[in-house]
Amino acid sequence: MLTRRDLLLATAGGWMSPRLRADEAANGADGLVALPGKRPLIQRAFRPPNFETPLAELAAPFTRNDAFFVRYHLAVIPRLDPQSWRVQVGGASVQRPLAMSLRELRRAFPVVSLAAINQCSGNRRGLFSPRVPGVQWGNGAMGNALWTGVRLRDVLRRAGVAFDALEVVFNGADSAVLPSTPNFVKSLPIERALDENTLIAFEMNGEPLPHWNGAPARLIVPGWTGTYWMKHLTDIRVEPKPFAGFWMTAAYRVPTGAFPGARFSSQETPETTPITEILVNSLITSPPSGARLRRGEQVELAGKAWDNGSGIEAVETSADGRKSWREATLGPDLGRFAWREFRTPIDTSQPGPLEIAVRARSRSGATQPDKLTFNPSGYHDNLVQTLSVEVA
Amino acid sequence: MKLALCVIALAASAAALAAAAEDSHLNEGPGRDLTLGRCSICHDVEYIPSNAPAMNRVGWQKSIQKMRERFGAPITDEEAKQILDYLDANYSGKS
Repeated sequence: MLTRRDLLLATAGGWMSPRLRADEAANGADGLVALPGKRPLIQRAFRPPNFETPLAELAAPFTRNDAFFVRYHLAVIPRLDPQSWRVQVGGASVQRPLAMSLRELRRAFPVVSLAAINQCSGNRRGLFSPRVPGVQWGNGAMGNALWTGVRLRDVLRRAGVAFDALEVVFNGADSAVLPSTPNFVKSLPIERALDENTLIAFEMNGEPLPHWNGAPARLIVPGWTGTYWMKHLTDIRVEPKPFAGFWMTAAYRVPTGAFPGARFSSQETPETTPITEILVNSLITSPPSGARLRRGEQVELAGKAWDNGSGIEAVETSADGRKSWREATLGPDLGRFAWREFRTPIDTSQPGPLEIAVRARSRSGATQPDKLTFNPSGYHDNLVQTLSVEVA
Repeated sequence: MKLALCVIALAASAAALAAAAEDSHLNEGPGRDLTLGRCSICHDVEYIPSNAPAMNRVGWQKSIQKMRERFGAPITDEEAKQILDYLDANYSGKS
């Protein structure tokens, strides 16, 4: 059911575009649309660009750069020159404001790599019931990549963080059409900014960051949803006060206490709090929903499981409508912030329908729920995924 | 059997194309040009049909209010009313 709707959404998103934007996009034969430098993806909106990775591209351990999803809020997106690019570090809680080029960052600090999923807060919003407004994403507003860069904390320490530092505020080069529209600026709690895994990355899967994924440098906040992973990063400010911009105080918020995960105390109100960490979740990449399997055929159920970085302990699958469960085989551990592949054989010895379900368990003991926790923005859909296939 | 599947596939493609033609232009009706003009200052109007299943009159009213008050969209009170009537008439609860 979910996958069928996903497919319909994908079809609708793709078909309408080629005729409209033939001059701007090279289009795939399957109704998908390609941004320059990207392979054809599922178009949710062209301006600002919001493009989703098709399910088939989520089967690989690392999502290809040219297939990685694209998400923007604001439509003015400059192409930055990596030679002249600088990141500025300042703010009221910084002792020695500085500006550094890519070359200077590489020379001054250890260059590190880590694998991490980047998942949009609104991934699967289009599958939410009841329906909620926003970009109607299916399953593909996420991907896994190897990110290479320098630790944010090394840069902040060089600038000197004062004792009263509360939040670190990030701005990127993209901006709004109208000056009256709030610029996309985000903040992190100081302790998360100083975490050793928070990076300023300039490479993705061993290549320079693609333009549409934040070139020449972006923030990497492993375990936290994509809204904090500022693209085209240009300004970092360390501040003693909560940042009061629209994108913190009015957007990307969930009901206080409704979900597990790190708290963002300085931005919390009794009613709402910023979305923070990714919840334990899983995705079936094959077989597709509604697949017809031949009796006796050797077929595997395969997919990915992930969480906020505690790591995946086990993935259980059911082929009888959740009556019985068995553990799937886990693939290589790519790191605790990456997704983990799972696979298990499907019993095709008897003809008839199979009701398949998958649920992941994290090393922190968290599991996927059977009921959705409603929230008006449609975040955190980590329901146990189900699909039907037929053995004939 | 194969022929039947092909016919079904062709029919499905035709239906998808027809739907696309409908979606890629906003529905005709009073307030359409104003809606297209104001909304597409900042964004693609694909958001309108794609959000329709989640929307009703109150939802569109809130959305227009958000665009005006939070995002600074240059829309007068009179224009807001026309846009609301258009969106509600054409894109409330429709897929």
